[in-house]
Amino acid sequence: MGLDRRVFMKTLGLAGATLALGKSTGMASKKDDPTEFLGLLYDSTRCIGCQSCEFACAEAHNLPEPKDYPDPEVVRKMDENRRTVVNAYNTSQGEAYVKEQCMHCNEPACVVACLTEAMYKTKEGPVIWRADKCMGCRFCMVSCPFDIPKFEYHSTNPKILKCDMCYDRLKEGKIPACVESCPAEAIVFGTRRELIKEARRRIHENPDLYKDHIYGEHEAGGTGMLYLAPVNMDKLGFKTNLQNSSYPALTKGFLYSVPSVFVLVPALLLGIHEATKNNHQTEDDGDE
Amino acid sequence: MMETNSITLTTMRDPEKQSTWKFLISELKPKGKIFTPFNIISAPIILLGVILIIIRFWKGLGAVTNLTQEVPWGLWIGFDVVTGVAFAGGAYVITFLVYILNSRKYHSLVRVTVLNGFLAYVFYAGALLLDLGRPWNVINPIIGNNFGTSSVLFLVAWHFLLYMVAQLIEFSPAIAEWLGARRAHKILSIMTLAAVIFGITLSTLHQSGLGALYLMAKEKIHPLWYSEFIPLLFFVSSIFAGLSMVIFEGSISQRVFSNQINEKNHKSHNGILISLSRICAGAMFAYFFLQILIFIHEKRWEHLDTTMGYWYLFEMIGLVLIPMMLFFQGYRTRSLALIKTAAIMTMIGIIVNRLNVTVIGFMWEEPLRYFPSWMEIVITLTVIFTEIWVFRWIIRRMPVLSDSPAWVRNEE
Ligand code: SF4
Ligand code: SF4
Repeated sequence: MGLDRRVFMKTLGLAGATLALGKSTGMASKKDDPTEFLGLLYDSTRCIGCQSCEFACAEAHNLPEPKDYPDPEVVRKMDENRRTVVNAYNTSQGEAYVKEQCMHCNEPACVVACLTEAMYKTKEGPVIWRADKCMGCRFCMVSCPFDIPKFEYHSTNPKILKCDMCYDRLKEGKIPACVESCPAEAIVFGTRRELIKEARRRIHENPDLYKDHIYGEHEAGGTGMLYLAPVNMDKLGFKTNLQNSSYPALTKGFLYSVPSVFVLVPALLLGIHEATKNNHQTEDDGDE
Repeated sequence: MMETNSITLTTMRDPEKQSTWKFLISELKPKGKIFTPFNIISAPIILLGVILIIIRFWKGLGAVTNLTQEVPWGLWIGFDVVTGVAFAGGAYVITFLVYILNSRKYHSLVRVTVLNGFLAYVFYAGALLLDLGRPWNVINPIIGNNFGTSSVLFLVAWHFLLYMVAQLIEFSPAIAEWLGARRAHKILSIMTLAAVIFGITLSTLHQSGLGALYLMAKEKIHPLWYSEFIPLLFFVSSIFAGLSMVIFEGSISQRVFSNQINEKNHKSHNGILISLSRICAGAMFAYFFLQILIFIHEKRWEHLDTTMGYWYLFEMIGLVLIPMMLFFQGYRTRSLALIKTAAIMTMIGIIVNRLNVTVIGFMWEEPLRYFPSWMEIVITLTVIFTEIWVFRWIIRRMPVLSDSPAWVRNEE
């Protein structure tokens, strides 16, 4: 699959335009560099909690429209019918909103967990799910540190649901539906590198408004989704106890040991077998 | 119940007299009493379980399970697969003792343990299929459509498959003897050692692999049970989990199938249990020591004075340390009662430990905790009972506990 190059350039152009940076040439050549993955920058201080992104997401993916609204009293969760939610929190800086969806990790745990390659990190950055491959084991859900993938428990043909950064729209040269729909320009779309630069600029220009932290720059090894907020992210319902190194690294040690076990253990076993071959006649009556 | 003179009840085909098909059909008939207490309890549960399994495939997983978006793996994975496979570890330990260390005295245990292990994999690892939302795609990682080789689950699933083959080969001489297939018997017997070596290698990897499945769920598992060493702990504990199962299952088989076991094996059985208890105690000592090291390494003191902390202490002391000492004491005083008590306590300890990692300590901070539905429990019981039915069917027919037919002994 993958985007064809021309469309990809166009997408990047659009992304650049949303950022009003206009610097998008020569990026396609460095696609594998994680800093060139596409991503979104969400700015909580700009968000007005209008749910336009939720409605746009529902429409783009044929999901039912949301019926509830952000309320500091309740924590709304993503489920098999919604890939993104906006929540309201009472913070020291007043009511603040935060949008949740898949973080599109640079090194996604879900992708490494998946034994059928149904969860897939595209080279452009979005992490997508492919129905024809998935066997519904839900290991991706167990592994995702952000608890993002959702499963249709009440279906005989259940799907895994999560934000795919509107990958199909990207292929058509469009930008993600939520970005397009946001009236407050709280979400911008671009490459991670541009987005981090932009986030730094905002913090620099308005140090009183923002916490000096870009959530997603390092969390879980870096994510495509980046957050700016007026308060610490744990005040907005986000996990802040996550490690900064990537989650797949946690299983690497084990997986790397497999080939050597396959070479060493059989050899060792055969050796012991040969060495003890002649023991058994004498051993018949107990070892005490 | 014990019968002194052992008459072999298994009917082995005499290749000169009977065609294989006729023989197979005649073997399908039940042997033994039909209305035993076990049958009366298990049959209705199996029936109910089958109905529930149909509902599960017809209405989706949500119709029978309490699984949630936060807890996507519950009893079926945590108990059936993860715990069931740990108990099946006896097969690789016993084949290691007999074929690798050449400790002949455990030989009478090989067939029944391998059979048990094989069936455990077929049924408990097979329970994985019930849990798959889109089981028709299970073929993808097998035929190579999509190899998610960086996935621990990929490794575990493949190892399950390969290990079942290895165990089938290890067990196949018994099938050949039952069918009176002499030539096949010869060929299959030659393959045993290779299958054993392959099987042990696979076991070390997937017993630990089951633990590695949970490595990425770092923040979701209670810190008293999460560590980067889960794979090692799972591997070491599978040694005594499997052996405790061998002891437990052996003492039941000795009574239930006493008419199949020849006198020599009957007598030696107690001695075998006593030597096994020493191995159990040793493995448990290593395990306990590892747990202490990890406890210090992960600086777990702060969690000790909490409810989960007490639960952890109960597991470590009540279900590891004490049964370990019982095993040791049982070995020294040659007390079968102590050894059997220790085996049962150890088995409970393994269940508790595996569930602590996979279910009880998983998402422990969530306000809404997962608890399995009665339907999940019935389906789990169905899996266990069906396994026992098949096990019994085979024991009554093939030379597993009973002696091999005369022609085999003549050939040796
Ligand atoms: S947030 Fe979760 S689902 Fe999204 S890419 Fe990361 S690991 Fe995968
Ligand atoms: S549920 Fe599907 S996407 Fe998730 S790990 Fe399993 S096969 Fe992969």
